[in-house]
Amino acid sequence: MITKTVNQKAWFLVLPVLLIVALNAIIPLMTVVNYSLQDTFSPGVFFFEGTKWYREVLSSPRFHGALGRQFLYTGIILLIEIPLGVLVALAMPRKGPWVSVCLVLMALPLLIPWNVVGAMWNIFALPDIGLLGYGLNWLGFDYNYTQQPVAAWATVILMDVWHWTSLVVLLAYAGLSSIPDAYYQAAKIDGASSFAVFRYIQLPKMKRVLIIALLLRFMDSFMVYTEPFVLTGGGPGNSTTFLSIDLVKAAIGEFNLGIAAAMSILYFLMTLLVCWVFYTVMMRGEDT
Amino acid sequence: MAQIKLDQLAHSYDANPQTDADFALKQIDYEWDDGGAYALLGPSGCGKTTLLNIISGLLTPSRGSIQFDGNDVTHRTPEERNIAQVFQFPVIYDTMTVAQNLEFPLANRGVDSREIRKRVDEMLVTLDLTDKANSRAQRLTADEKQKISLGRGLVRYDVNAILFDEPLTVIDPHMKWQLRTKLKELHDRFGHTMIYVTHDQTEALTFADKVVVMYEGEVVQIGTPEELFERPDHTFVGYFIGSPGMNILPCKVDGAQAIVAGHRVALGGRYHVDDRARIELGIRPEFIRFAKTHEHGLPVWIESVDDVGRHRIAKVRLGDYQLNIIVPEGQELSATDHRIVIDADRCGIYVNDHRATGVTA
Repeated sequence: MITKTVNQKAWFLVLPVLLIVALNAIIPLMTVVNYSLQDTFSPGVFFFEGTKWYREVLSSPRFHGALGRQFLYTGIILLIEIPLGVLVALAMPRKGPWVSVCLVLMALPLLIPWNVVGAMWNIFALPDIGLLGYGLNWLGFDYNYTQQPVAAWATVILMDVWHWTSLVVLLAYAGLSSIPDAYYQAAKIDGASSFAVFRYIQLPKMKRVLIIALLLRFMDSFMVYTEPFVLTGGGPGNSTTFLSIDLVKAAIGEFNLGIAAAMSILYFLMTLLVCWVFYTVMMRGEDT
Repeated sequence: MAQIKLDQLAHSYDANPQTDADFALKQIDYEWDDGGAYALLGPSGCGKTTLLNIISGLLTPSRGSIQFDGNDVTHRTPEERNIAQVFQFPVIYDTMTVAQNLEFPLANRGVDSREIRKRVDEMLVTLDLTDKANSRAQRLTADEKQKISLGRGLVRYDVNAILFDEPLTVIDPHMKWQLRTKLKELHDRFGHTMIYVTHDQTEALTFADKVVVMYEGEVVQIGTPEELFERPDHTFVGYFIGSPGMNILPCKVDGAQAIVAGHRVALGGRYHVDDRARIELGIRPEFIRFAKTHEHGLPVWIESVDDVGRHRIAKVRLGDYQLNIIVPEGQELSATDHRIVIDADRCGIYVNDHRATGVTA
């Protein structure tokens, strides 16, 4: 019979971690929960409001609009960036001196601070002085992202594709590089077409990294703030006001703490839920 | 099925090979008989995989040509050559079932679907995988996966040759025997030309009718397992094959006698060799025995005796040289009198590592 030594002092060892997590996650989150359930008129005076802010947010057309735009934006981003990233990764050289050149070029957009990306595109796309805006107008397109919602959307999406496709490329490339040569050789011997090689070797082997790419791109694009804010400020009108931009407007612009807090909680839960659904659906039938 | 001919074949991974050392595979001329079971045996990096990949068409040789049944296929793809290859690590298509994996090479070649069904069912029986036909290939064990790799080659009845690149490396020891037996059985049944790359002499000697021994990019001997054992053409073959390998002793030759560490050893024939060359005497541990009490023998020191089961291996010192001697079971070693007798007919004389031919009187 083995006797276990019971030593309650072990709990003290967990304390530092608990403190850090409490300070950086639990306490801020609980503050937000607190705000979302109360109303205030002057500092220090709070009234419990129950689910009032939640009901208000969920029934407001403004929230529906922002949410709809958010899903549309994220959907378009994923539909473009994931396939494009895989295509670019497939086209990249697998060996030789060009590998590092390509990798550095690919990594460049990822190294630029987000607000700088926004500012760059803001100027790049200006119809009177920007290369893109001026060029399009010179070619005969009527393009002005500060006034046309469609142009604003196109610019915001183009910017995100430029900024973030590299991430998908790098992940997909890592997945491709990990496939042993023997697979390609076996496929040659089995007489597989290049599409079959992609479908039965490359895609299955890239599956895991693509799941990660999809999750990262979903979360980042769903929570996007800086770049569209610097580029369009949510306009023209509300046409590029995504959830996070709307949230900041409510919290800081209008100082509507209750509404903003309720929106934050809903936003957080939605991100969590979608990520979970993605993950479970895609890992189904996968051996760990 | 085809007879494969290598004509002045050589390969270098350098674009402009200058010296002999730049060649991963030095010149080789050989004909592989249709339906033969061959093993390419040699240590890592000796060029055996290079040779295999040239035969399969994954590599184009820098020099020479390769012919299948008299047709030059040097620049043909593996698919056009119609060969099958099994790799060191099992290659399976993860997302497919076992049956789909076996269908794949046939479907790619546009074989009629009823014919595919028939052949795949047969192959599943042959490989004892019928009960797993519809499970995902990813979930199988390594040896089952390797069977699928093999099966994908065998479902194509008409393949010219099946090539194996150390196929048992990742297989558990107890499964190795079973798979090897299966391979032998399939070879007997289908009669494909099989070429099997390995660095394991047991695998090579049990699988193949003929073993091609390679060393530093060169084919040093091609022969049956018996020939490799009895008459190694090269010192490398001598000590690579056999357990322990052949004893190689620097010596001088004087007619039908060799002088080893100051002692004269009788040889099976007369040799005329260039004195400036590096000359060595090769003798297998099986062909040395301890002398009987009044018999003439060479005096040695016993350094150690290891019991390896069926016999013992004595490590002895003759002058400056160490030798291994196999001591049969039941033979007692004398406590003081240690002299050995070398079987003259089994001695080989090696000049610069290559076996010299002696003239028998």
